[in-house]
Amino acid sequence: MSILEETYDVVVVGAGHAGCEAALASARLGLNTIVFTISVDSIALMPCNPNIGGSSKGHLVREIDALGGEMGKNIDKTFIQSKMLNESKGPAVHSLRAQADKQEYTKEMRRTLENTDYLTIHQAEVTEVIVEDGKVRGVKTYSGAVYYCQAVVLATGTYLRSRCIYGDVSNETGPNGLQAASYLTGSLEKYGVEMYRFKTGTPARVDKRSIDFDKLEEQKGDERVVPFSFSTDPENVQKEQVSCWLTYTNEETHKVIRDNLSRSPLFSGVIEGTGPRYCPSIEDKVVKFADKNRHHVFIEPEGLYTNEMYLGGMSSSLPEDVQVAMYRTVKGLENVKIVRNAYAIEYDCINPRQLKPTLEFQMIEGLYSGGQFNGSSGYEEAAAQGLIAGINAARKVLGKEQIILDRSQAYIGVLIDDLVTKENHEPYRMMTSRAEYRLLLRQDNADLRLSEIGHQIGLVSDSQYNAVVKKKQLIEEEIRRLKQTVVGANEEVQSLLARYESTPLKTGTTLAELIRRPELSYEMLMEIDKGRKSLSQAVIEQVNINIKYEGYIKRQLKQVEQFKKLEGKKLNEDFDYDRVDNLRKEARQKLKLYKPLSIGQASRISGVSPADISVLLIYLEQVRREEKR
Amino acid sequence: MEKKETIAATATSMGNAGIGIIRISGQEAFDVIERIFYSPSGIRLKDAPSHRIYYGYIKDEDRVVDEVMVLVMRAPNTYTREDTVEIDCHGGAFLMQEILKVVLKNGARMAEPGEFTKRAFLNGRIDLAQAESVMELIGAENEYARNNSVRQLRGELSEKIKGLREEILYQIAYIESALDDPEHISLEGYRDKLEVFVEEMEKKLERMIKESEDGRILSNGISTVILGKPNAGKSSLLNALAKEERAIVTDLAGTTRDVLTEHVMLGEISLHIADTAGIHDTQDRIERMGIKKAKEYAKRAELLIYVVDSLVPLDENDREIIDIIKDRRAIILLNKTDKDGVVKDKELRELTGKKVIGISAKEKTGLSDLETAVKELFINRAVERQEEACITNIRQRQAVMDAYKSILLVKDSIKNQMPEDFYTIDLMDAYEELGYVMGEMVGDDLIDEIFRKFCMGK
Repeated sequence: MSILEETYDVVVVGAGHAGCEAALASARLGLNTIVFTISVDSIALMPCNPNIGGSSKGHLVREIDALGGEMGKNIDKTFIQSKMLNESKGPAVHSLRAQADKQEYTKEMRRTLENTDYLTIHQAEVTEVIVEDGKVRGVKTYSGAVYYCQAVVLATGTYLRSRCIYGDVSNETGPNGLQAASYLTGSLEKYGVEMYRFKTGTPARVDKRSIDFDKLEEQKGDERVVPFSFSTDPENVQKEQVSCWLTYTNEETHKVIRDNLSRSPLFSGVIEGTGPRYCPSIEDKVVKFADKNRHHVFIEPEGLYTNEMYLGGMSSSLPEDVQVAMYRTVKGLENVKIVRNAYAIEYDCINPRQLKPTLEFQMIEGLYSGGQFNGSSGYEEAAAQGLIAGINAARKVLGKEQIILDRSQAYIGVLIDDLVTKENHEPYRMMTSRAEYRLLLRQDNADLRLSEIGHQIGLVSDSQYNAVVKKKQLIEEEIRRLKQTVVGANEEVQSLLARYESTPLKTGTTLAELIRRPELSYEMLMEIDKGRKSLSQAVIEQVNINIKYEGYIKRQLKQVEQFKKLEGKKLNEDFDYDRVDNLRKEARQKLKLYKPLSIGQASRISGVSPADISVLLIYLEQVRREEKR
Repeated sequence: MEKKETIAATATSMGNAGIGIIRISGQEAFDVIERIFYSPSGIRLKDAPSHRIYYGYIKDEDRVVDEVMVLVMRAPNTYTREDTVEIDCHGGAFLMQEILKVVLKNGARMAEPGEFTKRAFLNGRIDLAQAESVMELIGAENEYARNNSVRQLRGELSEKIKGLREEILYQIAYIESALDDPEHISLEGYRDKLEVFVEEMEKKLERMIKESEDGRILSNGISTVILGKPNAGKSSLLNALAKEERAIVTDLAGTTRDVLTEHVMLGEISLHIADTAGIHDTQDRIERMGIKKAKEYAKRAELLIYVVDSLVPLDENDREIIDIIKDRRAIILLNKTDKDGVVKDKELRELTGKKVIGISAKEKTGLSDLETAVKELFINRAVERQEEACITNIRQRQAVMDAYKSILLVKDSIKNQMPEDFYTIDLMDAYEELGYVMGEMVGDDLIDEIFRKFCMGK
């Protein structure tokens, strides 16, 4: 029997947020790329929340953009509300979040994919990865067709052997009733890939006409919208926005939940997968925070095309009748009509410690993976990994050095390092607290941090990159000027200070010193700063931050220096840990398993203690001294 | 490469004590003892229950060397976490040497200084602070240093630091979780709470640093300068303390032109004494240089002893010295009190506010009063501290000082009403810096320290 056989450079399995970035990166780097999806109509589908960004996830999107990824550009074209979060806090935790029009989002991404050279979209279920001699050779689809290639990126999301559950209802489908992928898991297990079973969930979608908006708190978008993409002209995103709404659960809601806990598949044992601690269902929250008498419920539009509204904060897998009863206890939702029920979804993913920090499998050359398949959760986390996996798959084929971002360079670096290094038994969500050097990894400077790398990779154009170089230069010049410009204690200055309730000057000082005062800013000093050029808002923002927080930034840079010392002590993948006598047994096993690339990475593996690290360091130092002799 | 050789050494001094102990540690410790031990009851030590003591003989081939008790301790519950055997033999240098020779002949090698401790550290039995204490214990100069090292060894320092680190980590975790989950964890009113915490932490660290200063002084010996006019009896005093004639003593004023230093024990306290040229107005060029040097030494010293000749009235030169010692830890010795003098101790006390002790350096009287006075100045002040382990080594001290500075920066941030997410930067620094004390954090300096302390890789 003859079968279809085709050859590509790179195969991407899945066209969700990870798959799209991987496929686009690979094709844009000139590699002949094919992306498989179970349904072409669900490319870049947002099956859960209708927004992109949010605390720390917003950082990821801007980093993706600075490296030449698509997510930021796509949401800029399709958002219907945008907000900069945490503005009352420090600049490190400011984060963009935009509500998407879900259909527009997927349509726009599909349009981009369809119009990218070297990229082929094909609807099929991939059932098998073909591996020979520890190297990936291609994939096979359900129909038996074979696609040969040199690198594969697996981005199967939540579709592997997926099962949607609420109450005692269980469907063997992917999200939104889409077909599950039932065979790939077995193919991977055959090669010794260790699988996990995770679960996540989503709240109900309800009919807008059944909500009493008078009882809800309105949440509007920002007056001045900041775009996600550094290449989007801010003027092009100032448009009319729709509102989100806030309401709360109450004791009655909690009583309904508690009374029906025994009917939850989570508690009855129907669900085996491990759920995310940081994105808990409402029944988890009621149990975990028993002392709280209310929880937030964010009511968000799913798009302009529909009356469906998303009930953020109330994901659940309780039975249908309990869901209706529960939602109707909430203020403003007394008569609510459910369009789609809330459900939990269980799926297969891998234990990501089998990956290198390049997102390539340690034991299968040329096989990469990204997204929820790697045990993460969230669209942005998926896109970030997809981008890196796609870049590295392409570079593998091109014979170029692999790209690894470290924890001091990007949230993406933190995300991937955490996934491949730390033991993780639940869907991994990006959080501000995971980034040690977050004052340096701000969302506002992602372009300054990463454009150079994006440009070197070949995903950031010359003109875009030159603009960043120019921006950097303007920032530095302006800071230098402000540090050198002295203003006297004259009347003009004193009256300006008095206006902002700032202590009058005793003697002359520099403009930089004045900007450092908490109550003042660059903009406020306009009239006493005679030599000021007109600068863009983006440059001014950097000038303000860099001057105001200089001391903190310097200290954080020192921490990075310290961090780099241990990252710089490299370990070979084939380093023989049996030669180091004094390692504890657990540490030795873990090190052999994780194959860290540096002492720094080794020190983050759970089960490797500081004592083990000193033993390793001593060993390396002894080897070094012996070699020197 | 660190080979797992079996090592042996005497664990007690080679002096003429009644009992001596020889320790063997390593994978082959039982093989070694098996080869040289004869048990009348036929017990095979290799198979014998652990942590028990067995009676028998040490034999060198057929010759019985000594009648011994052998303590068998199987890994990992031993000091080095390796198989360990201790031979309790009869004391005395000769016999212990003999037994050690037999042990070495049968498969063990002589342990390097500190090697048992090195293994204990490398095998994770003790942390770096404890290992350092062992090394310091070996080199301890006096009772104070020994006590402190023993306390550090018991892990009291580690416990103390661990406690402080946990407290700091709690605050970091609180801020971080509030950033991650603002809906459920509130930072309202947190700033005030943190301020209280930071001030307490500041005090604790400050105290540790101060203690470490006194601790260091007491462990290393107090640097002391003897001041006084020419021929007041400074050198006689030094000789009396040193119990031997070191300085040249003549009746001629101005004999000591250079600065002599001497290490003496005053009871259990060690003093590093610099005897100096007498301070007076002189035309002698060399003597003047000596006087200049004396004043410089006095500036840096931790203790000043001012010797006054009771037979000579106070003059300009004395006033100059009194000026030097005011605001300093100083003791005045009124010398030649065996004769009827013109300077009275009441007068001096009123003039200086310092303790005045009558002595006769020549007759060596009054010295025990001096010991008491020094103790009052240094040790008694630290009586409560005697109960606690404190930091004496420079590396640890530096780490605590760095942590202290970071805590002060947090205090600044609070004062300046910075957003909470800024606090964690310096809290994290404080947390990590304290980690360096015990090697919970691993840095380059630590590895250097280990190589220096344990003479590795030479």
